[in-house]
Amino acid sequence: MADGVEVSDAIAVERTLTGDRDAYRVLVERHSRTVYRMAYRIMGNAHDAEDVVQESFLRAYQKLKQFAGNANFGTWVYRIAANYAIDRIRQRNADEARRETPSRPGEDSLEVDPLSQVRDMSPSPERLAGSAQLAERMKAALAELSPAERTAIVMRHWDGCGIEEIAAVLKSNSNATKNTVFRAVQKLRRALTPFLEGKEARAMGTEG
Amino acid sequence: MKHRTEEELIGYRDGETKERVEIAAHLKDCAECRDELARIEAVFAALDAMPVPDPGEDYGERVWQRIAPRLGEKKARWWETFFVTQRLAALGGVVALVILAFVAGRWTRQPVPMGDQTDAAKVRERVLVVAVGDHLGRTEMVLMELENAPAQKGQKAINISETQRRAEDLVEENRLYRQTALKEGDQAMVSTLDELERVLLDIANSPDELTPAAFETIRKRIEEQGLLFKVRVVKQGLDERKANPDAKPVENKPRGTERKKV
Repeated sequence: MADGVEVSDAIAVERTLTGDRDAYRVLVERHSRTVYRMAYRIMGNAHDAEDVVQESFLRAYQKLKQFAGNANFGTWVYRIAANYAIDRIRQRNADEARRETPSRPGEDSLEVDPLSQVRDMSPSPERLAGSAQLAERMKAALAELSPAERTAIVMRHWDGCGIEEIAAVLKSNSNATKNTVFRAVQKLRRALTPFLEGKEARAMGTEG
Repeated sequence: MKHRTEEELIGYRDGETKERVEIAAHLKDCAECRDELARIEAVFAALDAMPVPDPGEDYGERVWQRIAPRLGEKKARWWETFFVTQRLAALGGVVALVILAFVAGRWTRQPVPMGDQTDAAKVRERVLVVAVGDHLGRTEMVLMELENAPAQKGQKAINISETQRRAEDLVEENRLYRQTALKEGDQAMVSTLDELERVLLDIANSPDELTPAAFETIRKRIEEQGLLFKVRVVKQGLDERKANPDAKPVENKPRGTERKKV
């Protein structure tokens, strides 16, 4: 490929299919970070996220002939990655269940500081909104969601995916998927309420 | 005043509600629901507070360095595994039959008397009938396995990896037969093979482990399209043609207008 010339995804796909393996490099370099962000949010740690990214681009390469070029490559590889991520979480959950270790949020699957599990002492929810503790608390709450719920909320909230797109990854229908998104938000809310509202109450002077 | 439910407010916040105007009007008048919405909003704000470590500007390049050597390896491994065990036998059979059909096709183009041309066409058709009959038999097995897979109560995931591998093989075969059927002008066969390809691809591209709900979705598609039935009818027609080569082709035509999107 000529240096300095930005090739479109469609051309890069076409060239890869004609045997120009380096053309695939353009696609990998262009879309890796987006896939990584999604994978990190679903998997909860960098190691698993990197594994998802690599495996997804490998799978996309192998299935490239099936990618008819009638969709956006970025969307397509994102979907492959979401499918793989959800499988990986299920596998990880199954492995953890097999080891019979009681699943406690943030112990090993997520990089959560155990201290953050302790009801913390920081002041108002406004200040907490950007705090590391809240982020860690949220991470732990996400880890408690089912793989489908976690995938749904990540795709919906951060990546703005449509319900149909999420339903395709979950192999579900639109109504069930809407319900999955709702359940995810509801569970996150339940997990965070004591934390957020406790602080709110204290900030309002109703606590000690 | 009747308050809006949590589900309605989450749907409103998420932009997924048909009652957008009504809920907005209610929120204008109801302080309690506004507070509830604010609490919901705080959850979304907390989601945004969860940072993702930046993997660095050169991350894409690093991913490429990691996977580039594996792109070749993977291919080699794929071919290695492709040419072992049952796949070898299945593929060998398909290739032999397609070559035979091709040779028979070429034969008919030689300047030979009419009677011989008809015989060669019959041989070619017979080869296709036998090969596709065999292919449909194996496809039927895959569909039956999915239809009859026991769903155990409380089961969290159903592993279909074995069925998927067979579906992958069948997709390749299916395409070869579809092309041959197209050349032969057998539209009924082309239609059935089209439908089969979509379902086989669906099976092959599903996750190895399906939730019972996802599994049920695939099963429903097979049922709704009456695929197993169609496969059986076409296969039966082919069996009859095999037994009586002069019989007319099967009339069971799953026409395009009857097809549902997979």
